[in-house]
Amino acid sequence: MAHVSLGMPKVVISVSGLGKRYGATIAVADVSLEVHEGEIFGLIGPNGAGKTTTMECIEGLRTPDSGTIAVLGLDPRREAAALQQRIGVQHQEAQLQKRIKVWEAIDLWSALYSRSTEGEELLARLGLEAKRNAWFMTLSGGQKQRLFIALAMIHDPEVLFLDELTTGLDPQARRTIWELITGIRDRGKTVFLTTHLMEEAERLCDRVAIIDHGRLVEVGTPADLVARHCPERTVVVTSDEIGPGRFAGLPGLRTVTGDGSVYRLRGEGEAFVTQVINFVAKEGIRITGFRSEVPTLEDVFLKLTGHGIRD
Amino acid sequence: MLKGFWKLTWIETKVFMREPMGVLGTLGIPVVIFIVLGRTFRLDRLDASSGPEAPFNVPILAALLIAVGAVLSLVAIITIYREGGILKRLRATPLSPITILSAHVFIKLVFTALSFGLLVLAGRRFFPGALDVNLPSFAAAVLLGTLSILSLGFVIASVVPTARFAQPIGAAVLYPMIAVSGLFFPVDALAPALRIIAKTLPTTHAVTLMTGIWNGSSWAAEWVSVGALLLVFVVCLAVSTRVFRWE
Repeated sequence: MAHVSLGMPKVVISVSGLGKRYGATIAVADVSLEVHEGEIFGLIGPNGAGKTTTMECIEGLRTPDSGTIAVLGLDPRREAAALQQRIGVQHQEAQLQKRIKVWEAIDLWSALYSRSTEGEELLARLGLEAKRNAWFMTLSGGQKQRLFIALAMIHDPEVLFLDELTTGLDPQARRTIWELITGIRDRGKTVFLTTHLMEEAERLCDRVAIIDHGRLVEVGTPADLVARHCPERTVVVTSDEIGPGRFAGLPGLRTVTGDGSVYRLRGEGEAFVTQVINFVAKEGIRITGFRSEVPTLEDVFLKLTGHGIRD
Repeated sequence: MLKGFWKLTWIETKVFMREPMGVLGTLGIPVVIFIVLGRTFRLDRLDASSGPEAPFNVPILAALLIAVGAVLSLVAIITIYREGGILKRLRATPLSPITILSAHVFIKLVFTALSFGLLVLAGRRFFPGALDVNLPSFAAAVLLGTLSILSLGFVIASVVPTARFAQPIGAAVLYPMIAVSGLFFPVDALAPALRIIAKTLPTTHAVTLMTGIWNGSSWAAEWVSVGALLLVFVVCLAVSTRVFRWE
């Protein structure tokens, strides 16, 4: 999954000091980031954090109040026409004409660009060939999103923008979309996506930027962010024979909480899990349950912003 | 310049045809009203014994209803497209906003012409002699009037927030406009304030132009109405491009 690059990665999107307000509401304040060629970059944060505004400024659909943006070396506002030929876009909760057929949408979109890929092949790759004559309104949520991916890719763009692509989809449809996106990345495309699903960001993104209340909080690989901000590990041990004091002397242990039988041991660093196993074995403690909790991006988010992603 | 215009026009036409009620309403209702009114009143100019004389010009009312139907349909389509994010999605493509509007206006004008054609066929079938006028010239007057009223539709579509209100608001604006258009009683019979309003409305000038052409007058003689209709078109187009929201 990890993005491998030799030397300095080529910067495809560069944003510096981006600001955008709607009336008195500040939607985005001083956002700066860089997206590298061939990576899946995720902008993550709760609804209303400024993800879509940031993305739409980068796409050239909105005019920022301040800051500079370059996509493939182009200014998204002044060189919109040139940029549109090289980027593909999918909007959050987008719709098409209710009674447009799948192939008609593909046909229309391919007529709009100066170059286009083979529409039928694209439909097959996205698993939509059986639906080519179906009206848009009859498609399932997952099929609609796959059609939007197809429309975003019809002109073989270098950068793909995907806004909340899997929101409202069932887990299986979500997984199918994830596979498609990694496939697109593996063919050398750059993907810029937004999501409020931490699991999605963790599974899909090579790098993520956490945004909250319009401000960029952190940027890095998911593993890096977890290691940096949530180094502690929790091991939950079940045993009927002991009290909390029994764990005194366990290396790396910070706190023990728990009552009669279930104990939560919190410690520092990845080695802590091994240390608990060794300690239990050495001391000959009879345990009936053992579980370790690995921190996720969700925990990183909570720690950095002081609130949960769904608050 | 208008890349994708014909493809969009053709696909939108097919999409429109897939909604049977919309097509039936657009093409059928003016014809039905025309036939019902024609049966009630004496339409046939040659046959003086077939009923009371109509207090207004029935074919012109039918033509006006076709125009208003086209406008309401355009308003509904644009607001639904905006609400559903379809306009926004199209805006992210190289398709220009002008192309999208032009395609829809073009389709509305084609269906207006078709509807008018049906009206003429119905007239020939049921009331021979009733449409004893210069038809191409009258059709051109209907299309010019429709185009001008359509531009008013852009403005309505631009300011009405949701699709649910677009149709009733459009109807609430357009039907009173027909009432004061001079079709049922002379504009000069209106109260002074209302008269001034009526004279700025495209429906009034459409009725004046159609009545003039109907009565055998030339286009040159109707230059005031023609100029007013074009002026309304240009002004409304300018206003709507300023206030139009794509999302």
